[in-house]
Amino acid sequence: MSGSFTTSAARNIFYGGTIFFFLMFLGLTYNTEQVLPKRDNRAALANPAVAAGKKLWEVNNCIGCHTLLGEGAYFAPELGNVYKRRGGEFIKAWIKAQPTGAPGRRQMPQFNLTDKQLDELVAFFKYVGEIDTAKWPPNIEG
Amino acid sequence: MQFKSQAVSKPYFIAAIGLFVAQILFGLIMGLQYVMGDFLFPHIPFNVARMVHTNALIVWLLMGFMGAAYYLVPEESETELFSPKLAIALFWIFLVAAALTVVGYLLVPYATLAKMTGNDIIPTMGREFLEQPLITKVGIVIVALAFLFNITMTVLKGRKTAINTVLLVGLWGLAIFFLFSFYNPDNVVRDKFYWWWVVHLWVEGVWELILGAILAFVLIKTTGVDREVIEKWLYVIISLALITGIIGTGHHYYWIGTPEYWQWWGSIFSALEPIPFFAMVIYAFNIVNRRRREHPNKAATLWALGTAVMAFLGAGVWGFLHTLAPVNFYTHGTQITAAHGHMAFYGAYAMIVLTMISYAMPKLRGMGEAASERAQLTEMWSFWLMTVSMVFITLFLTGAGVLQVWLQRYSEAPQAFMAVQEQIKIFYWMRETAGLVFFTGLVLYVISHFVGGPTGAKAKARA
Repeated sequence: MSGSFTTSAARNIFYGGTIFFFLMFLGLTYNTEQVLPKRDNRAALANPAVAAGKKLWEVNNCIGCHTLLGEGAYFAPELGNVYKRRGGEFIKAWIKAQPTGAPGRRQMPQFNLTDKQLDELVAFFKYVGEIDTAKWPPNIEG
Repeated sequence: MQFKSQAVSKPYFIAAIGLFVAQILFGLIMGLQYVMGDFLFPHIPFNVARMVHTNALIVWLLMGFMGAAYYLVPEESETELFSPKLAIALFWIFLVAAALTVVGYLLVPYATLAKMTGNDIIPTMGREFLEQPLITKVGIVIVALAFLFNITMTVLKGRKTAINTVLLVGLWGLAIFFLFSFYNPDNVVRDKFYWWWVVHLWVEGVWELILGAILAFVLIKTTGVDREVIEKWLYVIISLALITGIIGTGHHYYWIGTPEYWQWWGSIFSALEPIPFFAMVIYAFNIVNRRRREHPNKAATLWALGTAVMAFLGAGVWGFLHTLAPVNFYTHGTQITAAHGHMAFYGAYAMIVLTMISYAMPKLRGMGEAASERAQLTEMWSFWLMTVSMVFITLFLTGAGVLQVWLQRYSEAPQAFMAVQEQIKIFYWMRETAGLVFFTGLVLYVISHFVGGPTGAKAKARA
């Protein structure tokens, strides 16, 4: 690099650039928070079953195999749109029937959920399915 | 070793290597479960193996970063570590906490573990990479703060260089952004939004400062090139990394319910993210070509150059591959993501820790500047085995991903997830085979630390 470009100039670019772009990121974050109420289906959170369902989703580490809105593990199907794809009754019956025990097939553990808990999980999936995700996933298969 | 207290880094490096082995073993289990679905079920379900695989990775990288800091900071600051005793105590606390956490994952159902460890007080568990129980997370914060205190006090009483300053900024950032792991709102969109403040702002943000500082340190030591030149490059590279990477977070905000303008912000800024990695390749080769001395530790130089190249390929090229919103619409959450994740983590972070270990370990073990020729040769073989097999793992996962996108997302008649997985099995078998080669390389790497032969003055006399 040329002699006129000094280390202290490079350092100033680093601190200045980082601070500038981080502040910009905070600004975008602020705006995102303003826009979210129109997109994130937060009205559904009035039903306490949704939050309870989210907690069940978490404490059974579902994300360790599945994706939710495309994030998680890629071992098992996307569940952000599972309510639309399968419907509540199928989801409950499926979870109750695990593991299938089919030889060589990927197995889902039995989580021993109560009927109330199954309803809460379904409420959670319904809530996530109604978030405005800019039309993602491309089709119902997730 | 110029300062006695640098010795505290040794147990950190040994534990890092041990956890690396555990990480790869669980990776092999998962790879097999991809093709033999019921392998080890119900004893080790996939989600449990994955937690061990990813959390062992995070912990061994953190061990490596801490070890690197304890080695590098006294030498850069030209003073003994503020408190070597604290460093050793923290090592044991961290190691025991990590071991207990893994034992918890393996022996207790996750829901029971959550109940046992106070997840009802602040629910933080069950989110990807942040699966650790609350008490482990609190432990991580305590260890990180005490570690930062120790390192900061050392820098404050000694010489301040660009390298130890950048390292310090990176490590403080790491600790600060981890605090977002305690924030878990019921609102899934906001949960995901701030989850990325830990995950993205770590690996595409502050961790790059740590990577840059370690690389700069090793390059100064092994090439003897003027510090002024290397430090200028360091600032340029990390400037580019953060200027692109911070707003680049937007590439995670396309499809999770966030406003659609993020598709523009994320695409534009993250399309620029390969630039700092490309600059790093130019810089590393440039510096090594301008070397003023022939350092006897050839393995360390190889790791340093390898880090730059593989970080560029994994983080830069494979990141760019699926970062533009119209592409990501189809690839989001497929094996393409997995391909990128594997090469980026190995190339940028696993390899920089191995670079540091390669440089520091001979000195820590009293061998002088370098291990014996034979030990280095073994280590360089392990470098090539692991690196080339990681390239193949990435290529096979990319092949799987392209087909998955086509069959499940793009074609006229999209097929169900499991139907597609059945059809792309061959790629998973090839990935597992490449994984076994990687493991062979890793075993060789461990062995290289036990290979004898003349070192230091004796090696010189023979040469």
